[in-house]
Amino acid sequence: MSTDVTAAADAPEQPTTRAIATAAGGGKARRVKDRLTSPWATFAAILIATLWTIPTFGLLVSSFRTPEEIRSNGWWNIFVSPSFTLENYLDVLTVQGASSANLGSYFVNSLVIAIPAALFPIIIATMAAYAFAWIKFRGSGAIFVLIFALQIVPLQMALIPLLQIFSEVLGISGTFPAVWIAHTIFGLPLCIFLLHNFISEIPGEVIEAARVDGANHTQIFFRIVIPLSLPALASIGIFQFLWVWNDLLVALVFSGGTADVAPLTQRLAELVGNFGRNQERLPAAAFISLIVPLIVFFSLQRYFVRGLLAGSTKG
Amino acid sequence: MSAFWSDLVSKFGIMVLGLAVFAAVVGLVLFLADRAPKRGRDYWQLAAFVGPSIVLLAVGLVYPAIRTTVLAFFSRQTANGSDFVGLDNFVWMFTQPEIVIVLVNTLIWVALVPTLSTIFGLAYAVFIDKSHGEKVLKSLVFMPMAISFVGAGIIWRFMYEYREVGFSEQIGLLNQILVWIGQDPQPFLVNSPWNTIFLINVMVWIQTGFAMVLLSAAIKGVPVEIIEAARLDGANAWQSFWNVTVPGIRGTLVVVITTISIATLKVFDIVRAMTGGNFDTSVVANEMYTQAFNRGETGYGSALAVVLFFMVLPIVVYNVRVMRKQKEIR
Repeated sequence: MSTDVTAAADAPEQPTTRAIATAAGGGKARRVKDRLTSPWATFAAILIATLWTIPTFGLLVSSFRTPEEIRSNGWWNIFVSPSFTLENYLDVLTVQGASSANLGSYFVNSLVIAIPAALFPIIIATMAAYAFAWIKFRGSGAIFVLIFALQIVPLQMALIPLLQIFSEVLGISGTFPAVWIAHTIFGLPLCIFLLHNFISEIPGEVIEAARVDGANHTQIFFRIVIPLSLPALASIGIFQFLWVWNDLLVALVFSGGTADVAPLTQRLAELVGNFGRNQERLPAAAFISLIVPLIVFFSLQRYFVRGLLAGSTKG
Repeated sequence: MSAFWSDLVSKFGIMVLGLAVFAAVVGLVLFLADRAPKRGRDYWQLAAFVGPSIVLLAVGLVYPAIRTTVLAFFSRQTANGSDFVGLDNFVWMFTQPEIVIVLVNTLIWVALVPTLSTIFGLAYAVFIDKSHGEKVLKSLVFMPMAISFVGAGIIWRFMYEYREVGFSEQIGLLNQILVWIGQDPQPFLVNSPWNTIFLINVMVWIQTGFAMVLLSAAIKGVPVEIIEAARLDGANAWQSFWNVTVPGIRGTLVVVITTISIATLKVFDIVRAMTGGNFDTSVVANEMYTQAFNRGETGYGSALAVVLFFMVLPIVVYNVRVMRKQKEIR
């Protein structure tokens, strides 16, 4: 729903005032601006920003303190007695064994789950979106509306029967393909809808010209539709990747929960379930799982925001 | 260490194989459609393009949703199959005190999270509008939206952590603050019903950034000149905010509130990671998982999923209608 949401947010909702806006000079806008930014508002903004950042900052600081320090007092003591160690990160990432966090393996699992689970739905959805936008056939509108309507089905509605299909019919429960397929299915309705919005805006003349030159649908799809939709594919792909990376529910149901397949989120949920025993590991463990979303967030913020606004109704 | 590397190679091998198989299947389907007999080639190509989506959705979403609805009227599945029990699963839901608490909790969540997130997000968007460093200030509050609910749960577990008095120093900031101001520390996540409020706080912390980004964009769409005109007519900052800005962003407000409501109704990970649904904090999505997958009560789990569907349904319908209207205005 990206285009709708963002466009609605951007569009002035009283079009009649547009004329006035253009007639007035920029100087006036400046004066109003100055008057609206009071020092109190700035103070309140900085206060909220600080309150919002402290929890994450505290955990980051904790992750670099020694296990004894984490257990015995709060992270704010770092300002009194500074210390720094990478011990926790080494412990959760590299130490092998039954009782260790073993996050190295789970990190690999998260990648192995998230990359195909982001690519599969995007590709299948692009194909469907192209067909709904540019191949004329009877019932196309009705099927498209039906797919759009599927977004209202919470994925909880599908979990039990889908798990039965995976375990009893296909026999793939607890493997990577099971998690890939589940994420692909749950991602499809939204991806098709968003990509359809985008692909249907490609100018008809471009497609028509290619058709006149003798290109068939497969050729048009690869030579025109995919190159022209790359920005949209990137936004939606990034969102789908992060959605899968951050997901816990689908992983819990379909991955089987072992170090062979389960992603980071699932291991973190297990570790936090025994908070008392794992508290010195948890800050570092949490940051290992947060690092990928945070890199994506700060480096690709524009795409990220677009994709997020688009996909916020998912799940 | 070598065990780790061989593990890594074999897993990436599976991934590359999976990607290759996928590419081969998609390629083959499109190639065959390309080479289809001239008569009806359009239909073959159409089938190639929409077929995969329709098959996946029919088998993976439509059929399961129908089956879940059916399962909601049957008892748990055993080796001997299951019995039709009519509305018993729903009666169970509304008569078991602990499940009634689950339903009430969900209502508390959906009442508080959208309201508080929108209020904080709107206030923050107004405060930072056109201020210095707007981008940085935005990023700071928006950041929680990027991370997983499980990660957010761990962050807040440390904020709420409780140590008995005299046992050791507090390691949770909130309890340390209570100690500093001379109060007794509290086990925030144990004492019902306030623990639900503290879980809700985590969701508000995440969703405020989302509300802020959308509302900030909407506020920038309200022409400065109307606000200026209101000011010239003698309205103070508060009046012009309520009478000019808020009506100007009403459409976006509706979208923000409904979107957060839907996300809140489906919340699972936060409860799972922070209390596991213990101490009367469970919500419908978490209880559905517990019943269906921890206890094997497929009937109860399915009934809860159906209830969740009917809670989400009106909000989605309303949301779509509002968006349609906005499209018409444009």
